[in-house]
Amino acid sequence: MLIGLQTAFTPLNIFMVFLGCFAGTFIGMLPGLGPVSAIALMIPVTYGLDPASGMILMAGVYYGAVFGGSTSAILINAPGVSAAVATSFDGYPMANRGYAGKALAIAAYSSYSGGTIAAVLLIALVPFLARISLSFQSSDYFAMMLFGCTAIAAFSGKGQVLKAIMMTLLGLMLATIGEDPSGIQRFTFGITDLYDGLSFLLLSMATFALAEALYVILQSSPGNDKAEAESASPDSQIGSLKVTGSEFKEMATPVSRSSIVGFFVGVLPGAGATIASFLAYGMERNLAKESQQQEFGKGSNIGLAAPEAANNAASTGSFVPLLTLGIPGSATTAIMLGALLSYGIQPGPRLYVDYPTVFWSVIISMYLGNVVLLILNLPLIPYIAKILQMPRRYLTPIILFFSLMGVYLVSFNDFDLQMMVMVGAIALVFRLLNFPLAPLLLGFILGDMMEDNLRRALLVWDGSFAFMWQRPQTAIIMLMAVGMLLLPMLRSLVAARRRSMPGLD
Amino acid sequence: MCTDQAWSAARQGSRYPVGMTCRLSLILLFILSAAAPPAAAQRLHLVIPGGAGGGWDSTARGVGEALSRSGLIDVVSYENISGGSGSRAISHLIETAARQDNTLMISSSPIILSSLRGVFVQSFRDLTPVAAVVADYGAFAVRSDSPHRDWRSVVAAYEDDPRSVKFAGGSARGSMDHMVSALAIKASGADPRQLRYIPYNAGGQAIVGLLSGETQLLSTGFSEARALHEQGEIRILAITAPEPVAAAEAVPTLIEQGADMSFVNWRGFFAAPGFPEERAQYYVERLQQMFATEQWQTIRATRGWDDLFLSGNDFYQFLEQQEKDLDAVLIELGLKPAVASQ
Repeated sequence: MLIGLQTAFTPLNIFMVFLGCFAGTFIGMLPGLGPVSAIALMIPVTYGLDPASGMILMAGVYYGAVFGGSTSAILINAPGVSAAVATSFDGYPMANRGYAGKALAIAAYSSYSGGTIAAVLLIALVPFLARISLSFQSSDYFAMMLFGCTAIAAFSGKGQVLKAIMMTLLGLMLATIGEDPSGIQRFTFGITDLYDGLSFLLLSMATFALAEALYVILQSSPGNDKAEAESASPDSQIGSLKVTGSEFKEMATPVSRSSIVGFFVGVLPGAGATIASFLAYGMERNLAKESQQQEFGKGSNIGLAAPEAANNAASTGSFVPLLTLGIPGSATTAIMLGALLSYGIQPGPRLYVDYPTVFWSVIISMYLGNVVLLILNLPLIPYIAKILQMPRRYLTPIILFFSLMGVYLVSFNDFDLQMMVMVGAIALVFRLLNFPLAPLLLGFILGDMMEDNLRRALLVWDGSFAFMWQRPQTAIIMLMAVGMLLLPMLRSLVAARRRSMPGLD
Repeated sequence: MCTDQAWSAARQGSRYPVGMTCRLSLILLFILSAAAPPAAAQRLHLVIPGGAGGGWDSTARGVGEALSRSGLIDVVSYENISGGSGSRAISHLIETAARQDNTLMISSSPIILSSLRGVFVQSFRDLTPVAAVVADYGAFAVRSDSPHRDWRSVVAAYEDDPRSVKFAGGSARGSMDHMVSALAIKASGADPRQLRYIPYNAGGQAIVGLLSGETQLLSTGFSEARALHEQGEIRILAITAPEPVAAAEAVPTLIEQGADMSFVNWRGFFAAPGFPEERAQYYVERLQQMFATEQWQTIRATRGWDDLFLSGNDFYQFLEQQEKDLDAVLIELGLKPAVASQ
């Protein structure tokens, strides 16, 4: 471990982290370019470097890109990667209320905390983690996705329960578009462009960024444009990073809880940062006090901090199957695996023994990436946040341009643009009718993985649904999911009872 | 091209921050100009039709690695386009053929299988076959704590109750990992129609499935299973090579264990339809030169591949022959719909 520290702290390596974080942040901010593409772009650069510096540079880029993704999710409601979707749930409303700087600062602090807690867990538990990462089977993953769906509870305020469920189901249905795993066409109507289904980026840009921008246009008439621009940026608040002591205290427990959950979810090769962020969001929403619960989805501190901490912790956790078994759990770690292999290092149970320098410098450099990100980005936040001070009539077209461009640059397919405009228009109607759009995207993201794992579980269990009660792990997670759904109802029942019998209080 | 000069200048300066910044700015420029077709000859963009960590992925990255490290090609980039058993990448290549002069797509035996089964409408004939580079063989593995010590014991358990040996594979039902399993079971004298095959999205996920205890047997490429075999996490019971391979002489073949069956999974490169002849020739030459390089020898040895070089007409004829063989097998196993639409 000391060797690792020594390697990580050479001037060249420190410089690498800074460079990586800086480049990564900017790459990550562009919709469509996430951590995966950022790292892939860095691979040729790492050839000239020794393994440790190369890994350090990549870790820097990775964290930078993750943070950059959160930035666009918070500022313009454009989550370019699925792990940043939960961030936009509360981050965007907060920025909208004029606290963009604070939202970015909370995201940075909680990412940092998530990374720190995960790094500590990683170092402390390395010998056991390989086993943990193999303890989940398809049926458990299915149950976990189901549990992830409970995060929608946050959008089911008064009278909204049905709407939220409807939107989740619509999201699940949208996920079935395309060719199914056995090669059968579903809802493709013979259009070849639909064979692969809808892409995440398209749906997220259309339902979040596009619909929001169009909504803003509809809401503002030429007359009050100026007034709105002023009210949207109440003097100095927007660039302010200030988070009060009591707010820190309020977030401390949820952040540490989410980090631990996020880390263990990340360790599982079939889950990942997106699931981690949804689970943490749903969990914290349900565990919060009633007064705090009302805030979720409207700009809650906890609602922003929890998924940010969890997805960062999960990213660290996802290195466990890579480093201990040589199995990449995510696209990012697969690229890292390629890089390690090109240095002649085969990750696996022996890595820890055979190449302790590499093992520890990877872990330490990942942590260093976290620290540097905080140092680098805190001073930048006020400037980044000022983007929102731009008058709406300039900002909205820019958002429209970037979200459309982002989708086009990934697929180079003009069908995607038509599809996006269409989905955006439908989403706008939903938005005007007060249907929450977040459950739609959540259902869409989870739908694919849910189906995949359900299919597999059914095959393994010879077509029987018995895994839901016969496999203890699955049963426990399913019960937790049901509990999460029923909890709010029970709470309101109890509350109603108390109100009707004031004598008992 | 001026871009290339800048690149090589940046490469020479790689030890210095100035060079680094130069490279980085070039990378950023590259992102911004991603829409413009890069015209330089020393670029190679590899499209990988499957997810990260699978067999296609490791081969493409291995070849790309050898090409760029040995200086045969300056810049190699990769793109994973998974979906539709690889058809998504094929359609992408066909649709964007006009600006894919630097692009090769990795593929392997499954491309033939998928077209035969009608999983996708395209076949290798819709693309430009460039060259086959490596041969990989199928491997059957169990967890190291499994009671099965050889292939015969697996067959015995299977004949007893096919449900007790579920096969995990890194590709969809009816695709290669499934086919190889069915072929091996058939050659061992048991009924392949009883086979319980559990598909995963990638070879790595299938290995996790085996290690988590969800399935009892893993059917995957030898190269993918090898590292974990050597580390003692899994035990390879049999390999589908005609003779034991140099990389793991201790692993017996199926033939040695009484099942008369062998299967070669070639991996090779294809280009977009209408690919210019001289571009294809250029890449064939580069690939051929690659075989002699030290970098390739190292990569090939660590991954456990055999060299299998076929290009031009030879490659085409080889593909046609394998298509014929597989078609017969598919019909025999009932894996192809009885009424073929074409």
